[in-house]
Parts: sequence; C-alpha cells; structure tokens
Amino acid sequence: MLKDITLGQYFPGDTIAHRLDPRTKLLLVVLYIVGLFCADSGLTYGVMIAVFLTCARISKVGAKALVRGLKPVLLIIIFTGILNLFFTPGDYLFQFGVLHISRQGIKLAVQMVLRIMLLIMGTFLLTYTTSPIRLTDGLERLLGGLKKLHVPVHELAMMMSIALRFIPTLIEETDKIMSAQKARGADFESGNLFHKAKALIPILVPLFISAFRRADELAVAMECRCYHGGEGRTKLNPLKYAARDYWALACGAAVTAGVIVLGRFGF
Amino acid sequence: MSTILQTENLQYIYPAVEEGEGATVALRGVDLKIEKGSFVVILGHNGSGKSTLSKTFNAILLPSAGSVYVEGMNTDDEEHLLDIRRRVGMVFQNPDNQIVSNVVEEDVAFAPENLGVPTAEIRQRVDRALDAVGMVEFAQHAPHLLSGGQKQRIAIAGVIAMEPDCIVLDEATAMLDPTGRREVLSTAHWLNREKGITVVLITHHMNEAEDADRVIVMDDGKIAMDGAPKEVFVRVEELRSLGLTVPDTVDLLDRLRRDGLDLPLDALTVDACADAVAEALR
Repeated sequence: MLKDITLGQYFPGDTIAHRLDPRTKLLLVVLYIVGLFCADSGLTYGVMIAVFLTCARISKVGAKALVRGLKPVLLIIIFTGILNLFFTPGDYLFQFGVLHISRQGIKLAVQMVLRIMLLIMGTFLLTYTTSPIRLTDGLERLLGGLKKLHVPVHELAMMMSIALRFIPTLIEETDKIMSAQKARGADFESGNLFHKAKALIPILVPLFISAFRRADELAVAMECRCYHGGEGRTKLNPLKYAARDYWALACGAAVTAGVIVLGRFGF
Repeated sequence: MSTILQTENLQYIYPAVEEGEGATVALRGVDLKIEKGSFVVILGHNGSGKSTLSKTFNAILLPSAGSVYVEGMNTDDEEHLLDIRRRVGMVFQNPDNQIVSNVVEEDVAFAPENLGVPTAEIRQRVDRALDAVGMVEFAQHAPHLLSGGQKQRIAIAGVIAMEPDCIVLDEATAMLDPTGRREVLSTAHWLNREKGITVVLITHHMNEAEDADRVIVMDDGKIAMDGAPKEVFVRVEELRSLGLTVPDTVDLLDRLRRDGLDLPLDALTVDACADAVAEALR
C-alpha cells in the first residue's frame, strides 16, 4: 500500500521537455499559472487548453498518469464546482429554496473546475519530466538572489534533496516495522478511523527515532566528506541554458502576453 | 616509511548524557603510529574504544587530552580541518545513512563538489572512483535499489573521489552478508595494494584480520596487543580473556595441539592451516 505514493514522481525520458533546463521549466510553469489566472473567456481558455495539450504531447506523458494526478484533489474540484454552480447570483435559470443556478454560476463553475484541473495537470508535467535533483538544483539557482537577503537557499535545497533521497529508505523501513508489529499480532486493518489512527502510533514512534538516528549518522558522514555549507561548491552536472531554453521561454512569454492582451480587449 | 597517523597519549571522555550519570571514558591514553601504505586492522569487543579511536583520526571527535596528528597536522587545528578530512576518508557501518544523493554518480561526486573541484575534474574523479570499486555500470542507478555490498562500495567510491591518503573503514562490513563482506574487503585490499592507500579497518570479525600487515587489539580504551597477525593470534588465551574469539583456523590448530598434535599456531589462512594439519598427520 505504501508503494503507490507518487510524491514528486519522475518518468525518465528523452523528449525536449525532459532536456529543457529545470529553471526554464520552473519559469514556464509560473508563466502558465499567470496565463491561467488571466484567462477569462472561451477563447483564452481555449488557448490555455491548447497550450497544455501541446506540452503534454511534447513530453509524451500518458493521459492516465495526468488524470491520476487529479485524484487527490478530486474532492476539492467537485466542491468548488458545486459551490460556484449553486451559489453565484445572477440571471437565475433554476431556483429551489436557497439553491439556485444562474447563467453566471454555470460559467464560473466551468471556469473554476477547468482552471484547477489545468493548474494541477500542468504542474504535474513539471515533476513528471524533471528529476528531483535537477528540480532542486533549478530552484537553488533561480532563488540564488535571495541569498543576499540571508535566505538559506542552499540549505533549503539540500534539505529538499536529502528528504527526497530518504523517502524510499523510510518507506522500506515503515514496511519492515509494520511487518514486525503484525508478526506480534498488531492489527492495522479493522476498526474505525480512530482505531486505525491509534494503531499507527507503534509504527510512528520507532520510525521517528530511527529517522533521528539516521539524520545524526548522515550528518557525520557528510562532514567526513568535507561538507561545509554551500560556499565554494562546484557541481558534477552544472545547469546550462541552451538555445532551446531561450526559445521555450520566448514562446511561453508570448502566449501569456497574448492571453493577457486578449483579456484586456474583452475577447 | 613515513607516518600518516599518529596519536600521543590520546584520551577521550564522553560527557554524561543525564545528570547523576558518570562520564564515560572511552580512550585512556593511546600512543599509536600508523605507517603510510600499510593495512592495519583494529580489533576489539563492543565498548573497547575502537570506534571512538577511529573518529578521532579525521577530527570528527577531538581529543579530551593528548593529540592526534594527520601527516603532521594536529586535528585540533581548525585551519587544517578540510585538509585533514580530505586526506582521511571514513566509511561507516550503515551504507543507507551515508549516501546523500539518489543517483550513484551524484553521490560519488558529493565530496569533490564540496571541495570546489572544477566540473571537468569531478567527472574524471567520479569515473575513476567508480572504476576502482567496480561499479561503473551502476553510475546512473538509484542507490536504494542496490545490495548492501554494492551500496558500501559506492560509499567507498565516494571517499576515493576525495583522493585520500588513508581510508578508515569503521565496522563497514558489520551489516553485510558474507558476499557483501567479501566485496568490500577485496576492494579495500585492492586499493591498498594498487593505489597505495593506507587502510585502517575496524572490525570484530577476526577472519578479516588474516591478511593485514598489522593487528591492533583494543581493550578498555587502551591498546592491548599490537603486531603482525601471526604474532597476535598465537596469543590465544590472552585474546579469549579479552572477550575475543580467535580466527577459526587458529581455533582448530589450538584444539589439535591440546589433543597432542605437533602443530604451529601461526598458520592463519585456510590453505596454510590445511597444509600444516596434513603435514602433522603424515
């Protein structure tokens, strides 16, 4: 059951989307999000949907994987849709007590649902096509300027990549602890939610203790390998912008600008 | 031969964890000189101070009294800290807890990256290090999918990439299965033989000491025995009184001697032991 956690899942591949610099992809996602929030009409939404479909096509990520990404937020999407549908004032088409459906409500509901879906699937494209290391590298470099404001950018990036590195190790350990507890008669399946949550305590306690021990040992091992913070560090695979990155950024900026301009002129 | 590691009246005391508890004295005056290019095994039962001793070699622990020198540099000296750590690499017991990255080659590159080595040279060092431990074809793999022995070899590669003069293996074989243990040991011996790297192997497996140049037995924070394997392992009774088992070969020879066979005690390897027994039975 623990094996299907899809945290920051990455599908290795060799498409243009995979080869783009992670910084480019992060910036493109920002542009995409801006575009989504500026879109306000059928035409602009059409453009954003086309942009998303093109990107999905280029990165060769299966539709199934993208739809699966929506599963955790399904409730939020349904909730947003219903709220907007029934509680937006305007020209009522249908009324029943406090519930009413207005023309504006339908439009808003469709827009909001589309917006959330595109937002989530779009950002998933980023994690599907970028390995966690490159993603944290990209973040570290993009936010590098904040170091001047004493934001510990390198430390945060390091923490993130170590956390990602230890996810499989800790999952394996959780499985082991659960098996050990089950062998001694622990029951994780039956009972109501409260009982199930309570049954997790004997798993979480040893897991936490061992995580702290691991952290301690890792810190010593890192020191032994001359780790002394981000200062003066070099990279095995440094990030480099290529021509394709500039093209991709130019396209992204053009589309977003287009959507904003179209919105201004009321299309 | 020149000395690479030297300790002088080295003492280390772990401060009391809780109030009312006494502090633990781990090392009570260790004087030691380790020659460059040698293969030294440090033995001892749990709590004998062998692990603490190894952690003082690269300034992870600083002596409570006395001093430690790495190629003449005092580990107490902040200025030489990185230089000392670069020269004396450490590999620990649990391979999972010393691998930093989720791609093998990125992990091997960690130390040179920290040292600010230029990118092109990091690439060369990583390739050389992976080649030295025989893990080139795993360069792009995720470490958590490898076996224990393979992970430990990656950890060794991560240390070799610093181009150290000395590698300290702190019970690096303790969590491995026999195959993994053999992999790590043969890698350590190869590095010692072919690259001239000094190896300090800390273990409680007697058999791992057979091929060493020198065996040091620790007990109660002090050096109890020190010498070539053949000199140390013939002192069977003394070893047993320190809570250590002798290698299986020596154990067999010792029993046969008690039964009245005329055998030498210093036939350490299985082959030498078999020859000695065959000779005696002729």
